[in-house]
Amino acid sequence: MKKVITTIILIIISFVLQCTVFEALAIKGVVPNILIILTACSGFMQGERYGVFTGFFCGLLLDVFFFEIVGFYALLYMYIGYMNGLFHNIFYPDDIKLPLIMITASDLLYSLVVYILMFLLRSRFDFGYYFLNIILPELVYTVFIAVIMYPLLLLITNLFKRAEKKEE
Amino acid sequence: MSPLVKRKKERFKLPVKYWLLILTAVSVLLMCLTFMTDFKFNTANYIVGYTLVPFQNGISRIGGFLSDKAELMVQIKDLISEKEALQQQVDELTMENTLLMQDKYELNTLRELYDLDQQYSDYEKVGARIIMGGSSNWFDSFVINKGSNDGIEPNMNIMAGSGLVGRVVEVGPNWAQVISIIDDTSNVSATVLSTSDNLIVSGDLEAMENGHIRFSQLVDSDDEVSVGDKVVTSDISDRYQPGILIGYISYIEEDSNNLTKSGYITPAVDFEHLSEVLVITEQKQTIE
Repeated sequence: MKKVITTIILIIISFVLQCTVFEALAIKGVVPNILIILTACSGFMQGERYGVFTGFFCGLLLDVFFFEIVGFYALLYMYIGYMNGLFHNIFYPDDIKLPLIMITASDLLYSLVVYILMFLLRSRFDFGYYFLNIILPELVYTVFIAVIMYPLLLLITNLFKRAEKKEE
Repeated sequence: MSPLVKRKKERFKLPVKYWLLILTAVSVLLMCLTFMTDFKFNTANYIVGYTLVPFQNGISRIGGFLSDKAELMVQIKDLISEKEALQQQVDELTMENTLLMQDKYELNTLRELYDLDQQYSDYEKVGARIIMGGSSNWFDSFVINKGSNDGIEPNMNIMAGSGLVGRVVEVGPNWAQVISIIDDTSNVSATVLSTSDNLIVSGDLEAMENGHIRFSQLVDSDDEVSVGDKVVTSDISDRYQPGILIGYISYIEEDSNNLTKSGYITPAVDFEHLSEVLVITEQKQTIE
């Protein structure tokens, strides 16, 4: 139960930070995608179940606040969370390589899906432009923030793991 | 957890694959609902309105305060030099103003003759503060701190300074989502003020990097429209009030069909540094 409440609080904090603080810290108008970091991390740290739920609610928040069609981002984030959850078994906390690769892949996947479904289908064909000016900067910024955020998330997860072991 | 070490109370947990399926169905259903019908996600709007918006209000206020202080130092220097330039301008403008006043008298009498309606400077307006930026690098929308409790409704127009910013899309009790005219999916029907030619102004992510909005479908067979002309919202738009300034034409070229022209507009609003906006609380009159 505590774990669920903490996850909800984490989602809210990330969402608020992304929309206010990081919006102000945007570099050349590009904002890092913190919700993707959170979704990916809860996926491979705590398994598919947490990935799916965290992703779903992160996406739903974005949908309700910023988009006319509700459900698209919820779907996208949920599957990203699920895919990260599949790597839960080969995740070792001390090794930061896998998390960073997973976060990079998640953000890339997210950007590509958004580009293909929301832009390519409206006949915006200049992929090179969008890749260099939006996808790539967002990716770099997101990974940079992930390096800072990952240890914090790991700390929280470890606290819960320790508490669970004590109960047993 | 291996099946051999079973806990005393093993709660039943639905396998994650089923959850995935259920939530996918829910999302698709929501998408269909919101896309095809006018269904508004009201309960969710209320919940997030009362849980999240207070946080955002606080944080954006602190952020605004800090950046204000930092900017103040930089601005003082600029202000001194600016003041001299402005003084000169004031003199010029006073001259111009007297001339214009004379014109205005004439205009007023003519207007009375024609019994014209009042211009857009008389629209009812409410001030609002932006509390959340877009969160996405692909789209350009934001959230303001006024909602249905303050009488805000969907499709109300948003202005900043003297220019058009966008329109309200969704409303919660104490927040409203605004989609700006520079958003890639936004289209506005507009008019060139000098020649009354209609055109379509569409936001474009690619053009916005250089501070422009794209326009197209300008029919100008007499070649009268030129760079620098004012573009305002047109009378035939069903969402935007007529006569609100959008920007100035900065580049114009003939389309390959030789009938229409397209090009770029420099918006009248500085979209990079928006913090307060005005909501026009009148709705465009539509035929139901």
